[in-house]
Amino acid sequence: MKKLLSTLLLASAFLCGVVYADDKPANMTLKMATTTSTENSGLLTDLLPKFEKESGYSIQVIAVGTGKALKMGEDGDVDVVLVHAPAAEKEFVEKGYGDKRYPVMYNDFIVLGPDADPAGVRDTKTAPESFAKIAEKQAIFISRGDDSGTDKKEKQLWETAGIKPAGDWYREAGQGMGKVIQMAGELEGYTLADRGTWLAGVDKSPLKIVHEGDKDLFNPYGVIAVSQTRYPDINHTGAQAFIDWIVSAKGQQAIADFKINGTPLFTPNADKPATAK
Amino acid sequence: MDALIDASLKALHLLFSGDMALWEIVGISFRVSLLALLIATPPAVLLAFVLAYGNFPGRRLIIALFSTLLSVPTVVIGLTLYLILSRQGPLGEWHLLFTQNAMIIGQIALAFPMLVSIGHSALQAADRRAWETARTLGASHLRALLTIIYEVRFGLLAAVLASFGRIISEVGASMMLGGNILHHTRNIPTAIALETSKGEFAQGIALGMVLLVMAATLNVLLHHFQGKGFVGS
Repeated sequence: MKKLLSTLLLASAFLCGVVYADDKPANMTLKMATTTSTENSGLLTDLLPKFEKESGYSIQVIAVGTGKALKMGEDGDVDVVLVHAPAAEKEFVEKGYGDKRYPVMYNDFIVLGPDADPAGVRDTKTAPESFAKIAEKQAIFISRGDDSGTDKKEKQLWETAGIKPAGDWYREAGQGMGKVIQMAGELEGYTLADRGTWLAGVDKSPLKIVHEGDKDLFNPYGVIAVSQTRYPDINHTGAQAFIDWIVSAKGQQAIADFKINGTPLFTPNADKPATAK
Repeated sequence: MDALIDASLKALHLLFSGDMALWEIVGISFRVSLLALLIATPPAVLLAFVLAYGNFPGRRLIIALFSTLLSVPTVVIGLTLYLILSRQGPLGEWHLLFTQNAMIIGQIALAFPMLVSIGHSALQAADRRAWETARTLGASHLRALLTIIYEVRFGLLAAVLASFGRIISEVGASMMLGGNILHHTRNIPTAIALETSKGEFAQGIALGMVLLVMAATLNVLLHHFQGKGFVGS
């Protein structure tokens, strides 16, 4: 027992010393809640080291659905949020949880489905029309069902189509985008996906894009610093430094430069409204 | 089948090509779980001892309570602690959420009931006379306690290893409390969950292999310590 204990002690002492050396002062560390799409697509892995190198900040990313990311911001558990659900973001700022929403970039949503396209979605002109077709044919549809930005968009499209999706064909997965694309692939079903996650995993999926390119499917991303008025001890300076960087020419160029197999995943659009503090 | 073999081969390559990212995740996993176990074990064993040797009202209820806690899903422990540690919660001031310390707290909460439950069974099986003899021979309370612990060391070791198995492999609490932050709170189970969601199965399998190899090592170690731990005459 003694021997084992000392072995354990030694081993843990070793691990503590060797593996983990987080000596950054707290105010140089920044916590960001963001969506699975920015993380799973590989964008942040590409972007953040550049920001860290230039600013000296160390940024910690928690990737969850947009709904949960905003909740973390509301609770003051993170310093900054990078999400894609304009309506929810507006509410977040209006309720005083965040200072201001800065547009960062956009891509678009796409409807994915099996190559055989049993519901005939390829013939439709708009996304709500595609959804109506899927519902009519009762083709399997995998929903995120996790209150993420994509989930919110999907619900909105069903509403536009005037359909309350229910039944054995409509399956709520409650999982991230990558997982849902896999599930739709395995079950030969349809799903709504963001283009970034799709492009990042396209070579692993049997699905095809069956509908794309209408204005209903626009997918803008915004960044918001959590309110310092509400949470005085939050790392607001760090959050603002990150926002300033990502909307700057350098940050925007880095987004534009991020490509998978030569295809850019996101289009920067910070320059549209005024971004000055 | 091809997919499985393919992913496994890639996993082996990752493991032995000295992929730093992967080994960092392994390091975080072990650091968190070992620290949690080190902190939880002494008080848990003491409590188990009190439950086995003490005679006070509510004793059985406490034992039943700890056995019940064994069945609580890890995400429920995670969620409860999340609400406590969140900025909105009672301990929000401490800023622990999404840190390794939060994960350690979560794993202590998971390991503690198991240590108490199995530890209690082990201590209960010891001969009460060992305690009485030690005391009669003039041993202090502490000395007598150590004697008992030594008597049932294999049972306690099993409790420690079983608890380690539970916390090193759990994903629910670590995901909620740590937030799966790269370089900070991404451990083996949360990394497997993430890689799987991205369709990076090779990375997931590689991490799974590490976990298995470590578990095997621990068990071999246990057998080594047990030595001649068979029922002799």
